[in-house]
Amino acid sequence: MGVRGYGETLAGAFEQAALALTAVAVDLALVEPLEKVDIACEEPDAELLLVDWLNALIYEMWTRRVLFARFAVSIEGGRLRASAWGQRVDVEKHQPAVEIKGATYTELKVEQRADGWMAQCVVDV
Amino acid sequence: MDVKSLKRRSEFEWVLEPRGPMRVPGVLFASEALIREMDDKVIEQVANVAALPGIQKASYAMPDAHWGYGFPIGGVAAFDPAEGGVISAGGVGFDISCGVRTLRTGLTRAEVEPFKRELVDGLYRDIPVGMGRGGKLHLDRKEMDAMLTGGAEWAVHRGYGYPSDLGRIEEHGNMQGADADEVSSHAKERQKNEMGTLGSGNHYLEMQEVVAVYDPAIAEIYGIAEGDVVVSIHCGSRGLGHQIGTEFLKSMAASAAQHGIKLPDRQLACAPIDSPVGQSYLGAMRAAMNCAMANRQIITHLVREVFAGLLPRAALDLLYDVSHNTCKVEEHILDGRPRRLFVHRKGATRAFGPGHPDIPEDLREAGQPVLIGGTMGTASYVLAGTRESMQHAFGSAVHGAGRAMSRKQALKHWRGRQVVDDLAEKGVLIRSPSQRGVAEEAPGAYKDVSVVVDAAHRAGLARKVARLEPIVCVKG
Repeated sequence: MGVRGYGETLAGAFEQAALALTAVAVDLALVEPLEKVDIACEEPDAELLLVDWLNALIYEMWTRRVLFARFAVSIEGGRLRASAWGQRVDVEKHQPAVEIKGATYTELKVEQRADGWMAQCVVDV
Repeated sequence: MDVKSLKRRSEFEWVLEPRGPMRVPGVLFASEALIREMDDKVIEQVANVAALPGIQKASYAMPDAHWGYGFPIGGVAAFDPAEGGVISAGGVGFDISCGVRTLRTGLTRAEVEPFKRELVDGLYRDIPVGMGRGGKLHLDRKEMDAMLTGGAEWAVHRGYGYPSDLGRIEEHGNMQGADADEVSSHAKERQKNEMGTLGSGNHYLEMQEVVAVYDPAIAEIYGIAEGDVVVSIHCGSRGLGHQIGTEFLKSMAASAAQHGIKLPDRQLACAPIDSPVGQSYLGAMRAAMNCAMANRQIITHLVREVFAGLLPRAALDLLYDVSHNTCKVEEHILDGRPRRLFVHRKGATRAFGPGHPDIPEDLREAGQPVLIGGTMGTASYVLAGTRESMQHAFGSAVHGAGRAMSRKQALKHWRGRQVVDDLAEKGVLIRSPSQRGVAEEAPGAYKDVSVVVDAAHRAGLARKVARLEPIVCVKG
């Protein structure tokens, strides 16, 4: 399954890609931003940073059993700092279609375009 | 895929001659119709694998091959460490040692039919499935490490199943050479509450009827006959395997240049087998293989408990347990010489032929059981490894139907409720926490497993033994 985010900034595109990640598993409208989790990763290559960011979220989703609905990301010199808001999985309510195993390097692309940034990759489910 | 790029060697064997950086040819086993249906990316990925250092003979694709991550799913490749051969985290995949286990109930369809609703409800209640439901077992650090080195044998020692189960599992349920210290704390953290859980996606737990037997002699040795009921479990190493795959993909991609490896696709991340990264991955991957076998062993125990409460005369002994995402050290004869090779099977099942010492003694004359998972609405198959299969692709065969359309496309075609109702009308009961998940896994979203299995049979990769059709299915 592919995820793709567009944003005016690199950080904005990463936030949108993270929303797409949640949408791979559940209907986004059902997830409430009740709990906050802070995430940090560092990687000079913007494409590898996208994979690290999504994998950090996947790790939190598995270990905390949460789904995320809102993100605030800042990226400076390959250092990503983020807050992600979400809630614990409620199987009855959210009915997650799949668990996400990991973000891959397949179709991995982060690029600046005339109108902003695009960040994408395929995630394994 | 355009067949013009391939040379046809026989009805079911197609060759991609070496070009550019390819060190060996690509060989695809499939009917012309299956080749035409395959994504062009399969050929690109077969060619990329053929360019990796130390690859032997050919880069293979099975009849169910489809576009994967780095390696095609349905890809087989063997590497020799003495020739700079590599091990690839992408070549094993995220769900390390994902596989299928089949249990014989010793009961007939007529005997289970009155209990099927209670059975599927019991299985759905007691075997955690999907996201957000952990298992009842919680492993501390010491038990985690014991599980990672002991595999299914560890599970049996903890009371999950019987010692007699182990003889019917590849590697006797315990993959040697596992190193729990090479498994990161993140991977262990992801797994500590997940033992005995089925997962989601294409993973399932099914009760199935043997509806046809194609090879009565082998079926008799395997202990199955028409009308028998079996239980099949399809799942893998859960979060632990996924995390190991994620971490080594990154470290292998980063170190490739230092090893003088030019990666045509970053997802093909690999390292020389004899390098420190390669050895670390081997230790961690083998630990994940143990995790997957332990997981299927615990689920087997849970299945037995459910049956014990409803149909206590069910035997539930193992037919066999196969893994289809692995890299194993095996001896194969190349140019008349025995060679020790690292065989990657990504979405491919080991299919050793009759007489191979790794097959349990009581099954050895029949060849290794090859368990092929289908969809919840069609069928699964039992095949047997053949002598021929050892010559074709290092003793390998297909692993499943393979998707014909994406999850997104499937959602446009089906509604989960409708799929469940349609199957109920045909007598197949489905239980799943997610209607959307059921729609994404609709039988029509997959290739016809019978066509794939027929191609494997006719190509000589494995021999058709029996067809299994679902009676009930618990789906992630």
